[in-house]
Amino acid sequence: MSKRLRSILTPVIAVLLGILVGTIIMIVSGYDPIAAFTALWNGAFGDIYYIGEVVRQFTPYILAGLAVAFAFRVGLFNIGVEGQFLVGWLAAVWVGVAFDLPRVIHLPLAILAAIVAGALWAFIPGLLKARFRVHEVIVTIMMNYVALHLSNYIIRNVISHKGDNTGPIHKSATLRSEWLESLTDYSRLHWGIILAILSCFVMWFLLERTTRGFELRSVGFNQHAAHYAGMNVNKNIILSMLISGAFAGLAGAMEGLGTFEYAAVKGGFSGVGFDGIAVALLGGNTALGVFFSAILFGVLKVGALNMPLEAGVPNELVDIIIALIVFFVASSYIIRVFLDRISKKEVK
Amino acid sequence: MILVPSTLLWAAPLVFTALGGIFSERSGVVNIGLEGLMVIGAFTAIVFNLTTYDTFGSATPWIALLVAMAAGAFFSLFHAVASITFRADHTVSGVAINLLATGLTLFLVKLIYDKGETGIISKGFSKVDIPVLKDIPVIGKIFFQDTYWTSFLAILVAIIVWYVVFKTPFGLRLRSVGEHPMAADTMGINVTKMRYLGVLLSGALGGLGGGVYAQSITSNFSHSTISGQGFMALAAMIFGKWHPLGALGAAIFFGFAQSISIIGSSLPFLKEIPSVYLLIAPYVLTILALTGFIGRADAPKAVGTHYIKGSR
Repeated sequence: MSKRLRSILTPVIAVLLGILVGTIIMIVSGYDPIAAFTALWNGAFGDIYYIGEVVRQFTPYILAGLAVAFAFRVGLFNIGVEGQFLVGWLAAVWVGVAFDLPRVIHLPLAILAAIVAGALWAFIPGLLKARFRVHEVIVTIMMNYVALHLSNYIIRNVISHKGDNTGPIHKSATLRSEWLESLTDYSRLHWGIILAILSCFVMWFLLERTTRGFELRSVGFNQHAAHYAGMNVNKNIILSMLISGAFAGLAGAMEGLGTFEYAAVKGGFSGVGFDGIAVALLGGNTALGVFFSAILFGVLKVGALNMPLEAGVPNELVDIIIALIVFFVASSYIIRVFLDRISKKEVK
Repeated sequence: MILVPSTLLWAAPLVFTALGGIFSERSGVVNIGLEGLMVIGAFTAIVFNLTTYDTFGSATPWIALLVAMAAGAFFSLFHAVASITFRADHTVSGVAINLLATGLTLFLVKLIYDKGETGIISKGFSKVDIPVLKDIPVIGKIFFQDTYWTSFLAILVAIIVWYVVFKTPFGLRLRSVGEHPMAADTMGINVTKMRYLGVLLSGALGGLGGGVYAQSITSNFSHSTISGQGFMALAAMIFGKWHPLGALGAAIFFGFAQSISIIGSSLPFLKEIPSVYLLIAPYVLTILALTGFIGRADAPKAVGTHYIKGSR
C-alpha cells in the first residue's frame, strides 16, 4: 500500500470508527441513529441558511487548525491556540470600539491588531522554549487561563464600566456583509472565509515553497540535524510560534469582527482552540487537510444543533464523536498496523 | 477565621488530582487528561449521590467518592490503552480524554435527567468541628472548626502517596520506569504494567478529586462544574516539582488564591487587590517555576516517550 494512500486512508478510517462508535452509543442509549444523522444532515445542508452557518462555523476552525498544524510541523504542540484566539478576539474588538475610521483603514487595523495580539501571546511560550527549554505544552495551557482571566478583567474594567460586554464594534470595522447575509437567508456568514482560505495558501506557500519554510520543517523533523546543518533552531522555534499565534489571533478576529461583533466576559473557554487540535490532527497538519477537516467539523457542529429538535438526541453526541475521532487519529499506529496486515495478505 | 478552612476546601480536590498526576507522570505517561478525569468523577459522584441517597443516607457522599474513583480509573483506561499500547502521542490522547469526558457526561445528564444539569444533592460534605482537636486553644479555632473532613483526608493521602512513591519497592519501580524504562526493563520490571498502574491510579485520584469538588463546592453537575480545576491540579503537580508533598503545598497555595479571589472582598486587607491577580497567580507561578526563576522544575526523564521493547 502506497504511503500516500495510507495517509489518506488513516484519517478516513478514524472518522468512520468515530461515527460507528457514536452510532453504537446512540443505540445503547435507546435513540434512533438514522433519525439523528438525518437531523444532522438537515441541520447542516437542509436550508441555504444552514449552509451559511456551516461556513461561518468552519471559518475560525480553519484558522485554529492552521495554527495548531503550523506549530506541529515545526515539532511544537501549541495547546495555547485557545488563549491566542481569545486575546486576538479581544484586540480586534478593542480596536473596533475604540476608533472611528474609514472602513478601508479600520477593518485592516482591527484584523492586524488580532494577528499581533495572538502572535505576541504565542511569543512567550516560544521564547521560553527556545531560551530555557521549557516544554511548550504546559506553558501554553497556563497561558490559556491567563488569557481568559485577563481578557475578562479588561472587558469588565477597562473597556466597559463593570459591564459584562464591550458593546458592538463600529460598523466600519465589521467583517459582515449584507450581501453575503442576504445570499444565505440572513445567516451570520461574513468575509472572514476569504481570509481563512488565503491563510491556507499562505501556510502552504510558506512551508513548501520558501527557504524559511524548509528550515522550519527541518527543525520539525530533527532539531539536531537542523542545528548541524547550520540552521538557527531557536530562531525557528520562536518564529513558528509567532506564525502559529498569528493564525490563532486571526481566528479570534473572525468571531470578534464577524460572527459576534463584540466580546463578552466568559465563564470558560470557547472550545475553538481545542477543536483546532482535532482539525489539525485529522488534516494531517497540512494546509489542504486542515481545510477539509475544518469543513467536516463545521458540518458536525452546526448540524448537531438540529439533532435535539428533530430527533431528540442531545447535541453533545457530536462532541463525543469528535473526541473519538481525535482518539482514533492519535492511535493511528494501530490502524497502520491493521492496514499493513491487510495489504500483506493481498500480496500473498 | 474562615480563611484556613476555606483554603483547604478549595485545595482538597486539587491535592487529590495533582497526586494522581504524579503517579501517571512518574511512570512516564503525560496526563493532561486530569481535567476530564475530574469531570468523570464529579459526574459519577453527583449521579450516585442523587440516586442512592435514600438507601445509604448520610454515608452517601463517602460511598459516592469510592464509586467516582472506580469510574475515574475505568475512564483512564482509554488514556492508558491509547498512549501505552497504541503508542498515541500522550498529549493528544489527553486532549481526547478531556473532550470525551465533557461530551459523554453532558450527553448522559441529558439522557438521564432530560435537562442540561442535575438537581442539587441533598447530602454533600458539610462543615464540621473536628472532635477533641477543636478544643485546642487558638490552633483549634483556626484549623479545626467549621472545616471539612475531606481537607484532612487530602493531607493524609498526600503523605501516603509520598510514602508509596519514595519509600516502597513499588514506588521505586514506578519512578525507574519513568526515568529510564530500558534500564528498568533490564532489571526485570514490567514497564507496560507499571505504566498502566500509574495511569489507573491517576484516574482513581482524579475521579476522587472531581467527586470531592462536586460534593463539597458545587453540589450539582453541569457543563461548568469542573472548569479548569484539572489543569490547575496539573499546575500544582509541576509547581510541586512532581513531588507529593510539593504538590500538596502548591495545591494549598492555589486553593488559597482561589478562595481569596472569592471571599477576598470580605477581608479588609485584601479588598484592594484586583481579583484578576489572584485568578492568574497559579498559572503565572507555574510558568515561572518551569522557567527556573523559582527553583527549576524538571519532569521525569522519560515522560511522554513510548517504550518499545528491543529498540534503542
